[in-house]
Amino acid sequence: MMQRIINTIKRYHLGPLIGLVILIFILSFATAKFFTFGNLRNVALQISVNALIAVGMTFVILTAGIDLSVGSTLALSAAIAAQLMVGHINPWLAGGAALFVGGLAGALNGVFVAYAGLAPFIVTLGTMTLFRGLTEIYTNGMPIFNLPRGFAGFGTGTFLAIPIPVWVMALVFVAAWVVLYRTTAGRRIYAIGGNERVAFLAGVPVKRYLVGVYVVSGILASLAGIILASRLGSAEPTAGVGYELDAITAVVLGGTSLMGGEGTLIGTLIGALILGTIDNGLNLLNVNSFYQDAVKGLIILAAIMLDRKKSAGR
Amino acid sequence: MAQLEMEGISKAFSGVKVLENVNFQVDSGEVVALLGENGAGKSTLMKILTGVYTADEGQILIDGEAVVVRTIRDAQDLGLGMIYQELNLFGNLSVAENFLVGREDKFKTLGFVNYPLLYEKVSATMETLNLNRNPKERLVNLSVGEQQLVEIGKALQQDVRFLIMDEPTSALSKAETDRLFEIVHALKAKGVGIIYISHRLEELFRVADRVTVLRDGRFIATVRTEETTERELVSLMVGRDIEDRYPHEQSTPGESILRAEKLKTSAIRDVSLEIRGGEIVGLGGLMGSGRTEVARALSGIDSLQSGKIVMEGRILHLRSPASAIRSGIVLVTEDRKNEGLLLPFTIRENLALPTLSHRSRLGLVRRQDERKNAEEWVGKLRIKTHSMEQATENLSGGNQQKVVIGKWLACKPKLLILDEPTRGIDVGAKQEIYQLMNQLKLEGKAVLMISSDLPELLGMSDRVYVMHEGTVRGELQGREMQQEAFMRLATGGEV
Repeated sequence: MMQRIINTIKRYHLGPLIGLVILIFILSFATAKFFTFGNLRNVALQISVNALIAVGMTFVILTAGIDLSVGSTLALSAAIAAQLMVGHINPWLAGGAALFVGGLAGALNGVFVAYAGLAPFIVTLGTMTLFRGLTEIYTNGMPIFNLPRGFAGFGTGTFLAIPIPVWVMALVFVAAWVVLYRTTAGRRIYAIGGNERVAFLAGVPVKRYLVGVYVVSGILASLAGIILASRLGSAEPTAGVGYELDAITAVVLGGTSLMGGEGTLIGTLIGALILGTIDNGLNLLNVNSFYQDAVKGLIILAAIMLDRKKSAGR
Repeated sequence: MAQLEMEGISKAFSGVKVLENVNFQVDSGEVVALLGENGAGKSTLMKILTGVYTADEGQILIDGEAVVVRTIRDAQDLGLGMIYQELNLFGNLSVAENFLVGREDKFKTLGFVNYPLLYEKVSATMETLNLNRNPKERLVNLSVGEQQLVEIGKALQQDVRFLIMDEPTSALSKAETDRLFEIVHALKAKGVGIIYISHRLEELFRVADRVTVLRDGRFIATVRTEETTERELVSLMVGRDIEDRYPHEQSTPGESILRAEKLKTSAIRDVSLEIRGGEIVGLGGLMGSGRTEVARALSGIDSLQSGKIVMEGRILHLRSPASAIRSGIVLVTEDRKNEGLLLPFTIRENLALPTLSHRSRLGLVRRQDERKNAEEWVGKLRIKTHSMEQATENLSGGNQQKVVIGKWLACKPKLLILDEPTRGIDVGAKQEIYQLMNQLKLEGKAVLMISSDLPELLGMSDRVYVMHEGTVRGELQGREMQQEAFMRLATGGEV
């Protein structure tokens, strides 16, 4: 019986899901407020920015890459959108321009990785600093305020009682899921991560796809930046510092292998939910903020250990 | 004189018996071959002997006394060494350092590595192996054959009394194989007992004194090599008679499919050859002679510096494997684990990979089509699996190779290039691949076959091009296709 349960978990990569369920279970009993619609909606809203970045990060990590520049891309695109809107450009146009810049930033990463053959970690470490610097130059180091009121509605409004960022997150997840699991592109991304050489010899245009995943990551980081700016009512040059690590954590918690070729998008969503639930739960439990990070770190380590135990059994 | 005996060995994995009451015995100064198809239980038996697994029943005796081998360390202490088929070496370290890893205590002075001592010992070992390399050379710079010798050298340094060699020649050229056999004979003379595992029957007659045959985990027979024939061994191994080891079919070649004129890449020069429809053309030569590099040039992996490839009258400009595949040229690489298969992926996914774009609409994969493709090739090639959703890493070597061939045949190629198509697979699967090649030939397809297994190359091909030092040294056909003539060309001589 126990063996059958373990097999099912292995087969459908249910480890992270079980972790999440246990976490929710504990918190529901520990605090009266946790399992209420209002609070759960709040958790969903809180994770939306990280979840969007983590989707792009999943694409990149599936090809055995990594994108450390997402936090800086987020800040740069948010600043560009904000500056354009302050200059009375239509918010939709301004947002489009920001997404374009995000895509361009991703393409730059991709070209370095695919065509110059540099290690993704080093390329994006470099562009992380570069994009942050460009943001500071562009904003002169000052936050951009006085964004149009309509724009604020994007991040703070609701539709059918669900916050708009949560809808955006859901749409992006569904679209990304279709791409990864139903299209030739998705299959090829997995193949590249599984074994780049085999994919190349099978006629997969590996370089184009590598550029593609970094473009996806850049665009989604940019979308996250627009949402963040809209929720805060301003674009900060220091926005998104450290977000790349949250996104990577969500992806890894979700069971995706940093070696590429293995992992799921659902896992990433669960990973982001685990992170959001931990944050929310620790707040509700009134844990001293100094202890919060330490506790969070321990929970992450425990979760990953459980996951490794599972894969070591193969 | 010592004697190693395994008596009544049985072993089961999660209820499935893989070995049942197997007996095996080797004396010092003797070479005993262990023969059997993949899955016959050879590796399991050897892993029990070297302490990787523990037997459920039975015992291991040395000179009549039962010994306990629970760990690899135990085996080493008893003087049992093993050379694995897959190389277990560090490419980034020097040759000498590869000898050092795991035996640091032997070359240590006050906690530091005693490099002079290491180089001295390693040089001596390399000399006995006739391996003329600097011990400081990085291992990656050695050929696969030379690396194999390093593995053997490592085992020799441990003063083994009994040495297990698992398919030691699968990656060696003829010259390297000869060198290895000399070493085996030398070891034998020194009183080492050798257990030799190989699929190449003709080798067994050269090195082994006796052959023990296993089939389906059972002991079948032990025969003296001088009292048996290849034919008898094959029938013992597969449990039935195989008529002809290389079933050659007569056919009339058709139109020219591909013509290569004076190809030059970074590794080959002045290579001209022609392959017509309805023929199997062999491409042979010693390891490093440029055989694989010709295949790489023809399949768009290596770019041409000069020369041209003409396919059915049209000049091809191949920039990538993708463009070669579009032109109808596909390559089954020699390294199916690293270049042929996405190992953790399913049979279905692997079979569809090169033809994915034909199996999609608006970018969406048509799963029905993909499943039908998988079923078609699993059926046609008789791939043994219970499900299309099986990960290819769990298949036997022969079935893995069939998946690789299947994914390329799904492209409906005009020219199929097979680089070492039967390396490391058992007799039964080999036969099936030969029959498949013949079938393709009779369908009018062009097949280019590269093989280090000379009898196979000469037995299956209609014509053979022989490579030497990066260029085609000559062509053999009809009655000229003999091993002696081949070797003369391959070593740079004339027919």
